Amino acid sequence: MTDGQPLLRTEGLTRHFKIGGGINRKTLHAVDDVSLEIGEREIVALAGESGSGKSTVARLLARVYKPTAGEIYFSGKPLSKLSSRRDELAYRGDVPMVFQDPFGSINPVFRVSHAMLRSLKLHRPDMSKEQRVEEAQRVFDIVGLTPGAEVLNRYPHELSGGQRQRVGFAQALAMRPRLILADEPVSMLDVSIRIGLLNLMTKLRDEQGVSILYITHDIASARYVADRLIVMYAGQIAESGPVEDVLASPRHPYTQLLVSAVPDPKAEPVNPESIDRGEPPKVIDPTPGCRFRWRCPLAIDICHTQTPQLLPLADSHDAACHVAQSSSVPAKAF
Amino acid sequence: MRTGQAELLGVDLAHITTGPVLEVRDLSVIYRTKAGDVGAVKDVSFDLAKGEFLGIVGESGCGKTTLLFAVAQLLSHPAEITGGSVRYKGVDLTELSEAQLATIRWKNLSLVMQSAMNALNPVKRIGAQFSDAMRAHGSTPNEIAERSVEVMRMVGIDPIHLKSYPHQLSGGMRQRSMIAMAMLYTPDLVIMDEPTSALDVVAQRSLMVQIKELQERLGFAIIFVTHDMSLVSHYSDRLMVMYAGEVAELGTTRTVFDTPRHPYSIGLLDAFPSIHGDKVPLTGIPGSPPNLASPPDGCRFAPRCPRVIERCKAAPIDLFRVEDVLVRCIRTGNGDGFDD
Repeated sequence: MTDGQPLLRTEGLTRHFKIGGGINRKTLHAVDDVSLEIGEREIVALAGESGSGKSTVARLLARVYKPTAGEIYFSGKPLSKLSSRRDELAYRGDVPMVFQDPFGSINPVFRVSHAMLRSLKLHRPDMSKEQRVEEAQRVFDIVGLTPGAEVLNRYPHELSGGQRQRVGFAQALAMRPRLILADEPVSMLDVSIRIGLLNLMTKLRDEQGVSILYITHDIASARYVADRLIVMYAGQIAESGPVEDVLASPRHPYTQLLVSAVPDPKAEPVNPESIDRGEPPKVIDPTPGCRFRWRCPLAIDICHTQTPQLLPLADSHDAACHVAQSSSVPAKAF
Repeated sequence: MRTGQAELLGVDLAHITTGPVLEVRDLSVIYRTKAGDVGAVKDVSFDLAKGEFLGIVGESGCGKTTLLFAVAQLLSHPAEITGGSVRYKGVDLTELSEAQLATIRWKNLSLVMQSAMNALNPVKRIGAQFSDAMRAHGSTPNEIAERSVEVMRMVGIDPIHLKSYPHQLSGGMRQRSMIAMAMLYTPDLVIMDEPTSALDVVAQRSLMVQIKELQERLGFAIIFVTHDMSLVSHYSDRLMVMYAGEVAELGTTRTVFDTPRHPYSIGLLDAFPSIHGDKVPLTGIPGSPPNLASPPDGCRFAPRCPRVIERCKAAPIDLFRVEDVLVRCIRTGNGDGFDD
């Protein structure tokens, strides 16, 4: 992270959804009190299981949803103060999104150049038509769609899944972004081509200077590309810090569970007695207390009454766990 | 009971306990499309012993799901089995009628599909779907009620959920109720098509452990298809790596992991970043699988293979036996490693 202010920062970011009606009216706490930072030239991985709120965070940052509470600051400026269409457009160009499904995110009836040139026209109106075509070819070359001029003239069905996802990154890159929100960008791709996309993300950080929020449930790929890791559980941040640090000594029992569950051909087989078989948490009208307590072998009394805050631990990363915060020796749950 | 299975097949399969559960020989499947024939599965052969766990790995389009459907006789137009046999306890399934197959399905051979949300009927309670399958085999309402509760307990779901609709269950519970459904009778063979791919790692591991426990207890054989090689590493006895419709490598899981011999297996193993040890730059496997409407003349992996030599491109490659592994590579087929 650089000195001074981070590129993007959230403070107490919260998003609730109303579900049901009348007497059944309930509130689903998709994201609760999330404060995070993304620095310049930094890849931050946001990991967690399905329903943990990680995609909702991305959509809040992309301004698809409005926060129920809390604030997002981009380059120090609060987003709730964005009022003109011009500011809004500028933010969307600074922070574009790459979606999970490369088959659903490109219009199949147009050549791939279509959306590319249109977004350039919208976001960079000062360019001439020739400059736009040139720029499109340039970003296609950067993301490895070579020769750019030729690939631009193809239809989406003529491209493989990996190539389509590169188109997604090219579209983002054409806006000269500061931060790309990548929501599970490789999870629908075959394993043999995933690595290529992950390497592309590292290249964009190193050579183009963009930051990336990499949303994933695959913690091994997070380790491969990210500088920092944020682990979410049930709408809240469980643990965050430098990726090697968090994975080498996870302090939150949920992070420990997540790390232990990654299939590893080189490891010893697990003892079936010792594994967690818990179900995902309920985040509808949750009561105070740690949301992981039902599955946590280390839970103590306070976990049932007080929601733990995300606090720095001695070993340089943060965890929201009463047990980890009160003991100096790392406690091992899984 | 309606028409007895033994009468239909001329043999009662439940009483056959010797020999392999399944013998697949030179099985080929072609999709007849307007643009021409696409050979999705080509000359696949394997045996499955009683109680054995076979993992099949490969990427999208490699033919692994088509192979499963061919084994279970579930292919429909434009797919067509163009050669080979699928002998289940000696009976060639490719020659049976639909009525004969119906006596075997769920009873001797069950299937667990990839997406439980789509495979379960969304407007029917779980219990009603169980009873559909059992009524088809002539079970009485009492038997159905009793067995439904039993199988739900077996997979660790409260039997109260027999009254639930699929959307009321979590992804993991839906997938487990599919497995419960596969256990309604005591099948000798359960075919699973990526049953864990929609789950996160924690739920995935808990399901794998559960499948393995059930298998040890009930003794059925499993064919488990996945794109994630590391997932089956601790559970399968043997591993088949498929590429472009063919078997690339087939051997005991440990051997394939410890000494992969096909360059594609090696590439797949190197494509997973690890959570432990040093962080090493990975490359994956550049390129994409061949178009099966016009596959390459020689080795089908040759266009992507980092070890390719001229001889690879000349003619189709046979499967070679090296110790207890079958491998489709002329460079390692003689038992040597790559000498470069």
